[in-house]
Amino acid sequence: MARTFVGMPPFPVAARSALSDTRLRRNLAHATGTIREKRARVVAEVEDWEDLRRQAAAVKDATLARLDEHLLTLEAALTARGATVHWARDAADACAVVADVARAHGVDEVVKVKSMATQEIGLNEALAAQGIAAWETDLAELIVQLGDDLPSHILVPAIHRGRAEVREIFRTRMAAAGRPAPDDLTDDPAALAGAARLHLREKFLRARMAVSGANFAVAETGTLVVVESEGNGRMCLTLPEVLVSVVGIEKVVPTFGDLDLFLRLLPRSSTGERMNPYTSTWTGVTPGDGPQEVHVVLLDNGRTRALADEVARPVLRCIRCSACLNVCPVYERVGGHAYGSVYPGPIGAILNPMLTGVGSDPATDALPYASTLCGACGDVCPVAIDIPGLLVHERVRVVDAHRADPRPKPEALAMRAAAWVLGDSRRMALGERASGLAGRLRTRRAAPGGRGVLGWLPFPGSRWTGARDLPTPPVESFRAWWRRTGRDEGQGRR
Amino acid sequence: MRVAVMATCLGDAMFPEAPRATVRLLRRLGVEVDVPDAQTCCGQPMVNTGYLDEAVPLVRTTVSAFAGYDAVVVPSGSCAGSVRHQHRMVADRADDAALRRGVADLVPRTHELSEFLVDVLGVTDVGASFPHRVTYHPTCHSLRMLRVGDRPLRLLRAVHGIDLVELPRADECCGFGGTFAVKNADTSVAMGSDKARHVRETGAEVLVAGDASCLMHVGGLLSRQRAGVRTMHLAEVLAATADDPAGVG
Amino acid sequence: MSARDDVLAAVRAALGEDRPDLPAVDRSYRDRDPLPAGADLVDLFVERVEDYRAEVTRCAAADLEATVAAALAGAERVVVPDGLDLAVRGAVPDADLTPTGLDAVDAVVTRASLGVAETGTLVLTHGPGEGRRAITLVPDVHVCVLPASGVVRGVTDAVAALDPVRPQTWVSGPSATSDIELDRVEGVHGPRTLHVVLVSDA
Repeated sequence: MARTFVGMPPFPVAARSALSDTRLRRNLAHATGTIREKRARVVAEVEDWEDLRRQAAAVKDATLARLDEHLLTLEAALTARGATVHWARDAADACAVVADVARAHGVDEVVKVKSMATQEIGLNEALAAQGIAAWETDLAELIVQLGDDLPSHILVPAIHRGRAEVREIFRTRMAAAGRPAPDDLTDDPAALAGAARLHLREKFLRARMAVSGANFAVAETGTLVVVESEGNGRMCLTLPEVLVSVVGIEKVVPTFGDLDLFLRLLPRSSTGERMNPYTSTWTGVTPGDGPQEVHVVLLDNGRTRALADEVARPVLRCIRCSACLNVCPVYERVGGHAYGSVYPGPIGAILNPMLTGVGSDPATDALPYASTLCGACGDVCPVAIDIPGLLVHERVRVVDAHRADPRPKPEALAMRAAAWVLGDSRRMALGERASGLAGRLRTRRAAPGGRGVLGWLPFPGSRWTGARDLPTPPVESFRAWWRRTGRDEGQGRR
Repeated sequence: MRVAVMATCLGDAMFPEAPRATVRLLRRLGVEVDVPDAQTCCGQPMVNTGYLDEAVPLVRTTVSAFAGYDAVVVPSGSCAGSVRHQHRMVADRADDAALRRGVADLVPRTHELSEFLVDVLGVTDVGASFPHRVTYHPTCHSLRMLRVGDRPLRLLRAVHGIDLVELPRADECCGFGGTFAVKNADTSVAMGSDKARHVRETGAEVLVAGDASCLMHVGGLLSRQRAGVRTMHLAEVLAATADDPAGVG
Repeated sequence: MSARDDVLAAVRAALGEDRPDLPAVDRSYRDRDPLPAGADLVDLFVERVEDYRAEVTRCAAADLEATVAAALAGAERVVVPDGLDLAVRGAVPDADLTPTGLDAVDAVVTRASLGVAETGTLVLTHGPGEGRRAITLVPDVHVCVLPASGVVRGVTDAVAALDPVRPQTWVSGPSATSDIELDRVEGVHGPRTLHVVLVSDA
């Protein structure tokens, strides 16, 4: 178990192997295509969708701008309702809190609600190191955990797996973790879900402690919200005696009333439904109902780094819906593993560098470049994060972090040279005259329309010509044409 | 009205047909056209790769080259988007108040070609003739950065003799993405191959788009596949007439 | 310094002293009707609950017990919360049943606090008649009674009407998953059957 993303190759390399995996390509194209259509259908039902996005962004921005105050309000409200509040600077702090609670109750296993925050801090591995088993109970997380695999999507971590693979994982791995899969298990999704139901039910019924995240934390009242589909969340939030919720500090919203935006935006963006099957809210301890010992861990782990960057700050609006992954043409083709993090896709390409910083890890530095800046992500973001704009912002931060490198990268030298040539039209014209000479060379082939094409260039041009032809440069640049004849012929009158 | 054509660096050096056709088309519509000699590149390749300092001289050059014109027409969605949405960031980086003012002055005067034709000149039938089977790829920056909407399609539908066929999954990125095309060449080619497949499925002879860069990428794939599909800039099709079928004189 | 001090200090350092006021949130969305023009509130609610493949039966108040009995067809042991105020055959009062005890019953009958037409959602607030959260979770069949007058138009109305301090469960159809190939399957851990009995006010 306990595979991690640490040490994975940078995106371009990881993407290359993902692209050659035909089964992965097929699974991803099918899954993202399905969910894109569902989302588009239910979003179209909401006439004022664009306004809801803007207002949700405004709520988040206003909250982030006074985050310290809201966190203190949240802490006071939670404490008043019987919850114990912990603060965590980083993953180690947060994992230690959870392990301490588990040890205090003498438990050697916990059940888990799917939670990005606990993925981010590597909680399962940290608990395992202390002899505590953490059982994932979301179906997709179960598939990932049993398959000794890594999550590849925020909402559907096993999106890269097809039904036949899931059947194989259940048949071969379930027995070691508890109740085995039925002998006659088919690859029908309903049968697979049924096997998961039986396998996990014994864990739910005996669990004494659960760990969750939260989609929202209401400062004014101390109310936490978990949005889910399968009921595994409800099992974890309701049946055990002890509940620990690890909540990123950016999850806070000021009032319960603010949820009327997010509960409309999140399900339609995320699963493409008008509403997800189950949403649970709880406020501290409710006597006679649910866990009687409730802990909340407020997690920083790099969030204040993003908060400090005023341009990047809106990334903290993210409500982890995964709509940006589903529409991303890069994600659709390479899947989530290539991003090397629990946060894949366009949001991961900005969130990871913002949480961990840039300039030291080549894999992190490569992430903001894992996008064509096509903008599809920004259009669907329910909290109107300008993802393409922030991708550029992160690229600038990566470049700036390397400006003092003793040996500049070839790319940096090329950009400087290009800026010099293009900084002055006379220098550019000289360059065009040189390329025009190259354009006089006879090529073996011509493209439709008659222009000669180059099918091979030496490195680094081979990065282009490996799969694409390139037209030969024109004999005459536009600039030269304009000087020769264009300026004078048939001038208009308007 | 004094109108300048922004050739774009790629149009100037690699695809002169596009700015030439833009000049011809505008003149045919009675517009007095100029091409400022001092123009070079809007700086987008540097900005989009993260090299803001390197983009500063290019933004300066662009702002000064196009000062004083009533309108700047750009036969490229992405270069028009660069002026309108990124130049301010570069001016902020330079921390130069004069440059900031120059950018603020240039932004509202900058129009992508289809915007200029439809919104400023108020025409959709530009008197073009192009009797070929054509499919149109709406490039990402014209679609999602500039929001040109269906303006290019309205212009194309009015072209005499054209057989315009819809491109499946038209609004999906072709995979070019500037330096993405070489930094992430494998992914870029995977995306472009799907785009090229959709183009072939239409049975079109000609793939039209408003950005030479995207056409270079998809066209490079189509050419490698010997698909027999020609790529043309929107300006070339709109400039084409029965007398001048190539639209470039 | 404690983790608390460090996190708060980091937040304050990130935000700085000078904090310009941001534009206020425009709440006019709350005044807009989330339902399609001309839609009947209750009909739409029923339609949207059924979209999740839940069952809905509409009945008059006088027929409620019979309708619930029919919905429970086959269930022998049915857990009921305090304050349900309905005669149910095979009723097992919830007297602190353990999770395992709950797993051994066939069904549960409760009331709900309100319904949301916009999304086809029932909201339980787990007071009298609705019971603690576990009882509507572990049994495989949930029969949920709601008066038609309890249906509100949208999520906004529901949020405004609810007491945040009470635990809430928003239920939209039976439990479901789309985790395998994005193919929706109803019935994972929560009740696999959700049967809504909507009582007309007349």
